[in-house]
Amino acid sequence: MEKLSFRLTAPRSAGGSRAQAIVGVVASGNLEVLLERNLPADVCTIDIATAAHGFGMVWDAVVRDFVARRSAGGLRISINDGGARPDTVALRLAQGVRKIEEPER
Amino acid sequence: MTLDDILASLFPNGSRIETTGAMISGQAILPDGGPIHVLGITQGQPLGVDEAIVLAGRVIEIVKSGDRTPILVLVDSASQRMSKRDELLGLSEYLSHLAKALLLAEAEGHRTVGLLYGGSAAGAFIATALATGTLVALPGAQPAVMDLPSMARVTKLSIDVLKAKAEATPVFAPGLDNMVMTGGIHVVWDNNAPLAPQLAAVLQRPQGQDDRGRLGAERGGRRKAAEIADRVVALATVSHQDAQHG
Amino acid sequence: MTEVAANNISLSWYEASARQRIDALVDSGSFAEFIGPELREMSPHLAIFDLPEQFDDGIVVGRGRLDGSPVLVATQEGRFMGGAFGEIHGAKLTGLLRAALALKQDILILFDTGGVRLQEANAGELAIAEIMRAIIEARCAGLNVVGLIGGRAGCYGGGSLIAGTCSRLIISEQGRLSVSGPEVIETNKGIEEFDSRDRALVWRTMGGKHRYLIGGADAFVDDEALAFRGAAIDALRDGRRCDMAVLEAEQARLERRLQRFGEAEDAVDIWRTLGIADPSDVPALPTGAFLRAANDRENADDAR
Repeated sequence: MEKLSFRLTAPRSAGGSRAQAIVGVVASGNLEVLLERNLPADVCTIDIATAAHGFGMVWDAVVRDFVARRSAGGLRISINDGGARPDTVALRLAQGVRKIEEPER
Repeated sequence: MTLDDILASLFPNGSRIETTGAMISGQAILPDGGPIHVLGITQGQPLGVDEAIVLAGRVIEIVKSGDRTPILVLVDSASQRMSKRDELLGLSEYLSHLAKALLLAEAEGHRTVGLLYGGSAAGAFIATALATGTLVALPGAQPAVMDLPSMARVTKLSIDVLKAKAEATPVFAPGLDNMVMTGGIHVVWDNNAPLAPQLAAVLQRPQGQDDRGRLGAERGGRRKAAEIADRVVALATVSHQDAQHG
Repeated sequence: MTEVAANNISLSWYEASARQRIDALVDSGSFAEFIGPELREMSPHLAIFDLPEQFDDGIVVGRGRLDGSPVLVATQEGRFMGGAFGEIHGAKLTGLLRAALALKQDILILFDTGGVRLQEANAGELAIAEIMRAIIEARCAGLNVVGLIGGRAGCYGGGSLIAGTCSRLIISEQGRLSVSGPEVIETNKGIEEFDSRDRALVWRTMGGKHRYLIGGADAFVDDEALAFRGAAIDALRDGRRCDMAVLEAEQARLERRLQRFGEAEDAVDIWRTLGIADPSDVPALPTGAFLRAANDRENADDAR
């Protein structure tokens, strides 16, 4: 496993009030994303454990784009990756922030 | 030890035990004079629908007799029988039925002891040896989930790589030591000493809870299982109280 | 008492994730997870194989309500490691079953598993044995243990033995229930014994329709979360005993199956013996027509 960590300044804080959300599954070409709302509202951390080694630059681009464009402030995001493509990663991250914004039942 | 040697050492006071094909069935006398039922599978044979239904039928007969005497299950088998016919007929039900018969016999007051004296694997191991109240083994026994060559095929790792990994952990590789470390086998008997007193000692053990998780943690082969199961019970209990009073 | 509400969105059980199945199965908003993903109780053994872990180790356990009644629920994720039983995965289900006994609550197990996880095979095998024992203890205390089978990974290996100890089984056409998987039989016994690429053969031999017809499952449902929910509610209504009388009835039922179908070469022969007019049409029948054709099936009422 290769481990990567990012701590980014987030322009917008995550909406909603759920404490956590999880999307995806760890399988070949797929990943799971766990989001926990427990950081200052202008910070987003992303920790990644990936089966595909040597893609640090790609991850860097994907997570910076995600934090810049979505409302991810306040979120501690943890990823277990089974070798997903960048578009799948971006999709799951977007699903994750949508899910944590959903009203609590 | 051959099956005859084992039976002679277990039952110096005599036994009436027949082997029909791969099936063992009979009765014997314990050192204290009490009776014990003996059944099992031998000659490293696979356990299929035909064998499982006979063994389960035998267990049910014993329980129906109402004598509440101990049952010794001797195991030297292959895995479950891998065939189209067995699966077509619903092998999972037959293996579960045998396991259920052994578990219910215990609930009805019979001590059940498994003696692994040869091989056993996968579904056959679960339905026989692992369904007894206490599982013991003789040196040289070979419990397995899957043999290393098959495991190598499935995991796409070479046998040498698997062997190297098996040095670091008892958690996946076949073998008696690993099954002891993970808590599946209570004790390995000494085959240089008479077996009768060793069986008597097992029968003296207080009957009770499934302690395999605790044994696995103590022996270091399965460090997490008991703790996780206990935590789920505790969380469920707290959550239940909250739901009732909240 | 809050109003009972189920999600009424159409959802393929086969395609759904473990968490989607739970959400669709129990009353809306009623589920509370034990040892959730945020606790990161992952397999300590996959790193040895440089394999990725999952935060919940491929199983979600917790409590919820089904049609207003409290139940405990476990659901496997068949896409992570084939839904296979490892040390943590298995221990979560063992714990839930022991909780069921302690709290006197019924339990639902949503199977989606290839069996034992080979990378932690000994721990997985022992987990299966511990789970089967815990199920029988719960059942002897009068509790229902209901299995639901319709996931991608089917219900294979040790999972199928656990299913065999349940008080009631609900299955869809897509649900496969078998000890040895098609590839395992082919690898060990040759392609003449079983051609794992012959998908029709796989479904016919191990699939939900065949299992329902021979009494290997009690309820046959569409591949729809709502259908599974309805069948689970029904299953909890009729309480099942687990005693020597049930075991004797099962012995007779399984002996009868061997006598009746023991010589069959193929599932179609069995279906013909059951009196189905056009047995080779069975795989193509939609649920309603299939259930009518299955009128004279073998069943396991009071014999499981």
